[in-house]
Amino acid sequence: MKYAYYPGCSLETSAMEYDVSCRRSLERLGAELADIPGWTCCGASAVEPVSRLLTFALPARNLALAERETAGLDLLVPCSACYLNHLRVGRECAADRALPGRINEALSVEGLHYAGKTRVRHLLDVLSADVGAEAVAAAVRRPLEGLTVAPYYGCQALRPYPLFDDPEHPRSMTPLIEALGATVLPWDLGGHCCGASLMATKKEAALVSVAAILAGAEGADAIVTVCPMCQMNLEAYQREALKAGGHGNPVSVLYLTQLLGLAFGLSEESVLLHKNLAVTGALTDKLRACAAAEA
Amino acid sequence: MKNATLPPLTFLREPGAAPDPAGLAEVQDIVRACMQCGTCTASCPNAHAMDLTPRRMWRMLLFGLFEEVFQSRTFWLCSACYTCTLRCPRGLPLTAAMAALKRLAAAGDDAANRKKALFYQEFMRNVEKNGRVQETGLMFHYFLAMRDPLLPLEYTPLGLKLLRKGKLHFGGGGQRGALAPLFGKVREMEARP
Repeated sequence: MKYAYYPGCSLETSAMEYDVSCRRSLERLGAELADIPGWTCCGASAVEPVSRLLTFALPARNLALAERETAGLDLLVPCSACYLNHLRVGRECAADRALPGRINEALSVEGLHYAGKTRVRHLLDVLSADVGAEAVAAAVRRPLEGLTVAPYYGCQALRPYPLFDDPEHPRSMTPLIEALGATVLPWDLGGHCCGASLMATKKEAALVSVAAILAGAEGADAIVTVCPMCQMNLEAYQREALKAGGHGNPVSVLYLTQLLGLAFGLSEESVLLHKNLAVTGALTDKLRACAAAEA
Repeated sequence: MKNATLPPLTFLREPGAAPDPAGLAEVQDIVRACMQCGTCTASCPNAHAMDLTPRRMWRMLLFGLFEEVFQSRTFWLCSACYTCTLRCPRGLPLTAAMAALKRLAAAGDDAANRKKALFYQEFMRNVEKNGRVQETGLMFHYFLAMRDPLLPLEYTPLGLKLLRKGKLHFGGGGQRGALAPLFGKVREMEARP
């Protein structure tokens, strides 16, 4: 299993724990990652409100680099916004026959060419379809017994292109979390929007969404995410959202890959758990009990 | 730290122009087949904060009530969750229509709308300059552009948390300037009539 790897800008800075835990847990699963030299920002969710052509040209630049530098490999993307932006290029080119020509005219300024040969995959797609729960279970060294986890999928890994999960009732994380020995919290807010960049532009509206998600996660020791934007909204604005929503309790928020890494026997430092903004004492107590049971 | 040398990031038209008629016609075409079922409104996680429901806004667009639409805050509240796009029984790309309205409003002559577009504009300005977005610099320039002395205070607790976690980074990454040629080319292409 080898993939071209597009971490995206957040994973270099505010979501470094996602990048590190992703690389380390995938290594334990025998998946090899090849970085794309010279990759640049895909435009996130800010590019479409600014320029339609740039919406496709920015991710197409990375796809053209991947075609040249890591030919034949699927592109693995851990960030849901980056995933959708890269995936959308091929989808829109199939629907709009003038678009490939325009994209390539723009890319010609750097001598690049986009042919649409790279398959774009979300990390969660790779984990559930290529790796599979059985291989995940085989890599577990420290079962997360007694831990209840709320899987949070967010939006753009699921919609508008439902490629690897049910976009209304997502469940691809369930077998993976159960393979770690943890229990999955039954809830229906896994695909409910966290507000995304409204947190910067219309904060009051985004806080309502975060409050609803946090309230729905009652009973979970942790919410796990697969997107740096979801993670940031759920952890960094948690106190404000709880205050605005009027109920709900503080809850730990981790990246799925951090949970994988911990179950695989990696230390808390190794998955950069100290970088998270919402980790409760109750969670670390349970994690340490799991570690003690292993020893 | 000033970006004065960069051209404005309004790709559509000269700042100060009225909404582009061709652009308006394109958005109308996206929602032309809307049958007013209201699935979009019922599905929208942000409808509670909107002044026009999405269903109503599509109809108003088709009636040519552009001024009313651009005075509403509805399209600015789209968080691109794609639930409406997924569920629309007509298969209309409604999230793309919301983004198109943001682009048109940003290029129009309404000062309030231009201000609401600043976050996206500053984001892309940051990308153009740094190749990879530098989150710390982005928020700094966004606050400057908004000219609201109270706004930074709302984000100060977050800033302090990130600082303590070693997650604030000033200065560029390794791709500074890498996107200048592509941005220049796209700007030239989108300026063509």
